[in-house]
Amino acid sequence: MQYHSPSSFNEAVAISNSSSGLVKYLAGGTDVLVQLKIGTKSPDHLIDIKNIPGVREISLRDDGGYTIGAAVSGAQLTDHKELSKKWPGLVEGMELVGSAQIQSRATLVGNLCNGSPAADSVPGMIAAGASVSILNSSGTKDVLVEDIPSGPGSTSLKNGELITAINLPKRNDYEGDAYLRFIPRTEMDIAVVGCAVNLSLENGFITTAKVVLGAVGPKVMLAHSAADCLVGTKLDDNILSRFSAKCSQIAKPISDKRGSAEFRKDIIGVIAQRAARKAYDRALGKY
Amino acid sequence: MAKDELAKDFKYIGTRPNRPDGYDKVTGRAKYGADVAAVGMLHGAVLRSPYAHARITSINFEKASKLDGVKAIITRDDFPVGIDGDTLNLLENTIAGEFAYYDGHAIAAVAATTVHIAKEAINEIEVEYEVLPHVIDVDEAIKPDAPVIKNNARDFSVPEGSSPNVASYIEFGTGDIDGGFDKADLVKSGRFKTEAAHQGYIEPHACMAQLDHDGQGEMWVCTQGHWYIRQMCASVLGLEASKLCVTPSEIGGGFGGKTTIFIEPLALALSKKSGGRPVKIVMSRAEVLRATGPTASASMDVKIGITKDGYLTSGSVEFRMQGGAFGGSPVSEALQCAFAPYNMPAAHHIGYDILANRPRAAAYRAPGSPMAAFAVESLIDEICTDLNLDPIDVRLKNAVKEGDKSSYGPKFKKIGLIETLEAAKDHPNYSISLGDNQGRGVAAGYWMNHGGETSVSVSLAEDGSVNVTVGTPDIGGSRASIALMTAETYGIPYDSVRVNIAETGALGFNEPTHGSRATLASGKAVYEAANQTISEMCQRVARKWQIDPDAVFWENGYAKPAGANAGDFSPISIKQIASEMDQTGGPIAGHHEASIRGVGHSFGVHIADVEVDPETGRITVLRYLVAQDAGRAIHPSYVEGQFQGGAVQGIGWALNEEYVYGADGCLQNAAFLDYRVPVASDLPNIDTIIVEVPNPDHPFGVRGVGETGIAPPLPALANAVNAAVGARLRSLPMSPGKVLKTIKTGEDGC
Amino acid sequence: MTKIHVKTNINGDKVEFLTDPRETLLDCLRNHIGLTGSKEGCGTGDCGACSCIFDGNLVSSCLVLGVEAEGKSIETIEGMAGEKELHPLQKKFIEMAALQCGFCTPGILIAAKALLDRNNDPTESEVRYWLAGNLCRCTGYDKIIKAVMETAKDIRETA
Repeated sequence: MQYHSPSSFNEAVAISNSSSGLVKYLAGGTDVLVQLKIGTKSPDHLIDIKNIPGVREISLRDDGGYTIGAAVSGAQLTDHKELSKKWPGLVEGMELVGSAQIQSRATLVGNLCNGSPAADSVPGMIAAGASVSILNSSGTKDVLVEDIPSGPGSTSLKNGELITAINLPKRNDYEGDAYLRFIPRTEMDIAVVGCAVNLSLENGFITTAKVVLGAVGPKVMLAHSAADCLVGTKLDDNILSRFSAKCSQIAKPISDKRGSAEFRKDIIGVIAQRAARKAYDRALGKY
Repeated sequence: MAKDELAKDFKYIGTRPNRPDGYDKVTGRAKYGADVAAVGMLHGAVLRSPYAHARITSINFEKASKLDGVKAIITRDDFPVGIDGDTLNLLENTIAGEFAYYDGHAIAAVAATTVHIAKEAINEIEVEYEVLPHVIDVDEAIKPDAPVIKNNARDFSVPEGSSPNVASYIEFGTGDIDGGFDKADLVKSGRFKTEAAHQGYIEPHACMAQLDHDGQGEMWVCTQGHWYIRQMCASVLGLEASKLCVTPSEIGGGFGGKTTIFIEPLALALSKKSGGRPVKIVMSRAEVLRATGPTASASMDVKIGITKDGYLTSGSVEFRMQGGAFGGSPVSEALQCAFAPYNMPAAHHIGYDILANRPRAAAYRAPGSPMAAFAVESLIDEICTDLNLDPIDVRLKNAVKEGDKSSYGPKFKKIGLIETLEAAKDHPNYSISLGDNQGRGVAAGYWMNHGGETSVSVSLAEDGSVNVTVGTPDIGGSRASIALMTAETYGIPYDSVRVNIAETGALGFNEPTHGSRATLASGKAVYEAANQTISEMCQRVARKWQIDPDAVFWENGYAKPAGANAGDFSPISIKQIASEMDQTGGPIAGHHEASIRGVGHSFGVHIADVEVDPETGRITVLRYLVAQDAGRAIHPSYVEGQFQGGAVQGIGWALNEEYVYGADGCLQNAAFLDYRVPVASDLPNIDTIIVEVPNPDHPFGVRGVGETGIAPPLPALANAVNAAVGARLRSLPMSPGKVLKTIKTGEDGC
Repeated sequence: MTKIHVKTNINGDKVEFLTDPRETLLDCLRNHIGLTGSKEGCGTGDCGACSCIFDGNLVSSCLVLGVEAEGKSIETIEGMAGEKELHPLQKKFIEMAALQCGFCTPGILIAAKALLDRNNDPTESEVRYWLAGNLCRCTGYDKIIKAVMETAKDIRETA
């Protein structure tokens, strides 16, 4: 295995394009090094992007949104007070990934590129309407996060393409998001199911809603029909139980070592309902 | 809150000094199994079966052996033939012969100049397998159409007509079973199941071994018992035991799992084949989970009769346990523990040891007792609920006490179950009020404890300080407890004692630190050895004073004349005696070798409070109490530590730990990510009550304390869950999916 | 495989070593530099026994490559005690019997120090969640949590 530490994104992409064999980008390394250890993926070339200037920065754009560098760690996100206040659901999704040790290293982009349907930070990004900046040999492009996962362990990224940053839209008043997952322990588990909800309100009524379900299909999925249940409502108990049933209905989970399909279908509704309630309260400014 | 029946003043025992190895262990200096290296050392790696059951038709390591840096490759062909009995099972488990019996079974091993080369070489070894049908579940394994794992596994005990996968059968009992059930106002029965759990020590197995062609060798190994390692390695390799010198490293947890061999003979054989170069093998976590430990899985039927006022009349159990492909589940111990806490007028026990395509079960903290407790203590709780009786009162009514004959035979000497039940009942945790979806569970547990073969020595240093040499590795503070007992025996400060753990050449045979025996057995032996030196010191002083040795006695570190008749002499300190040793007869040392008996049985009572999320089935442990009879707590902090650690292992077993197998018979969760041991945030504080009803057969009253604590959590939590949400789980683990299903359907998970 | 020359700083000392790029920082600490206090319990970031401070951040050194240490500053358990005495956490762990086998102890001490360095007044729940990535199989965590809480109290009182 050859290790590269380029000092610019262009150099990183150039190395990738000129290298043969399995080429992987390295940011936090919390997935890549595990794959290396257990022997599931042994890259021939590893391109460490952490020494590229700006890659570990969070910046506020002129349009009021945030740009998060590809190697920004979970701990950096949590420590960013403004970002955490505006996008608590997105930040808590990332914060749920692994231990304090993992948080020092793991990144949103890494979690996304790993392609797991159970990735904790991805539902929050999709619910937020986030996009990624992708660099390839022909230039840069912006792609919605929801278009990146393509199946279990796979993404729509082409060979050599590099995500350089994540872009969050501007946050307005009376908006709120939340992410909740279900795990058997209190920490250190992979989500059995997860759900992110992002809401905008007007006079207490939900005007737009995004609902994203994790670990109940081959990839993290947008649940449009479930979100539709919420729009135009004030989230009373009837609505919540309809919403819950809808989430369970559209979930298409598999049975595996982390839970049976039946159990996942059961609890995705419960978790989604709790996440919706939390997002709604946040949009009202309750916490 | 110690309850001390036999008031006796101790100066050091019962205090909480810093452990002697504390500095080493908080600074990273302590050397564990993987921490050593030697000049010229090679690194070993092991090729493991990817199939649950297969015939190995060929192994070709030509390509692997040509890799630059590969120094030796071994297969079963490098081990002696003609071995049988238990040694054959040990050898078969160490390295497969004709058959691979489980996913992870060792097939071949490589020694190379680096770890990376060794691993590459493993990948280059070509093995052809003929995949055979497998069986994983204990009940499936004895069905008529189950794949037969071995044709000649059964021993003499197995009744005609049993499944060929039954390795042994055990049956015993007492009293009139049917008559007892006839007298009962309520007879209740149930089937219970527990999944295999791994000991989960954080330190993976590691060893460094060196063996020459003349049959002399050395090993450095993390183990609970290096004499066991020596004996087992010698037997599977056909070596003379005394020619193998085994030094134990510090040990990063064991819980019974490090009392047998896995990689050690492979490292020795690799060393021999590479011309005597030292070879180090360190297991990965996945190897630990796939190929070592765990405990057995169990399927258990229990039937209990009771009068309406809560007196047991009769009980019967049939336990079926699989302990992997070689037999050896702790079914016998489980049967012994089943009704041990109670005066059961009639009791009948049947046990089956069953083969399955799983790794060979190793001991795990109170082997067998947790499963038995889950079955029996859950059913007793069901009875208490049905009859509306207080669960502690029912246990008090039936509790065994001094002079009672146990359900499995032995007569109890002084024991502390009643005191422990009373202490638990008096604790505030038993009366704190509970909220919605919260429930409280009670359960008792038992372990018979163990003494075993023990050798120790003590020697007086020239300045009057004392060296103690024991053969029981310090797995959780035993240096401190042994130093305390030594200090107490001599009447010298705790800090003047140094406890060493010796290699196999320095002492006679020692059983491992297992069976809750280190403090009990090494402590008792050290007491004897120290008294030998005390009597020697008294004799030397008597010679100096020119009086009869009987007229000299020992007190608080001094030899003193025994009363006015002995003469008027100033006491002589151990320091002075030591400084004069060379003039008075030379070095002063003592030793003691014995099979230690009089172990003192240990009972515990746990109270668990839980909250259950009725929508997801998730269980939160709100508070937890362990009350247990320690006999005498030598170092109370480490006694509490044993209670707490045992309880949390039991909590993990009850809630989320399990071996998950795929349809292919391969283990799917061979990582801490999915083999879910409890993490810090899963738990409340674990409250403890040390009950002290001294063991009459130990000089300081010690009972082993390590093991009992793992048994009660399984039923205590199941009982608490039932109290919280009316869901009776009869199958472990109580993972959220199972709990939710029980809440919704009433099915018990079996 | 060609090795890479790495210059770094460990516990205040300048250190150089050669590493195969596949080796983790933990491999390098243990096998090239002789600092075996950091332990490997899993190699996959699940147990925390290899915890180190890497440029001021708490990491699992099994999930950092050795080559990444170039120009960085690393603190391991071997650098935790002062010249004259143990770190307050180390002392408290011994006093309160917050270790049994001691294998997870270096990682737990490093992780606890990282917590108290940023927050010397954590709640018990914060301590438990912060240490969730450090598995201990012996103690049931009770005495560990109490020792960290007590140390935090001592630090606050002497501050």
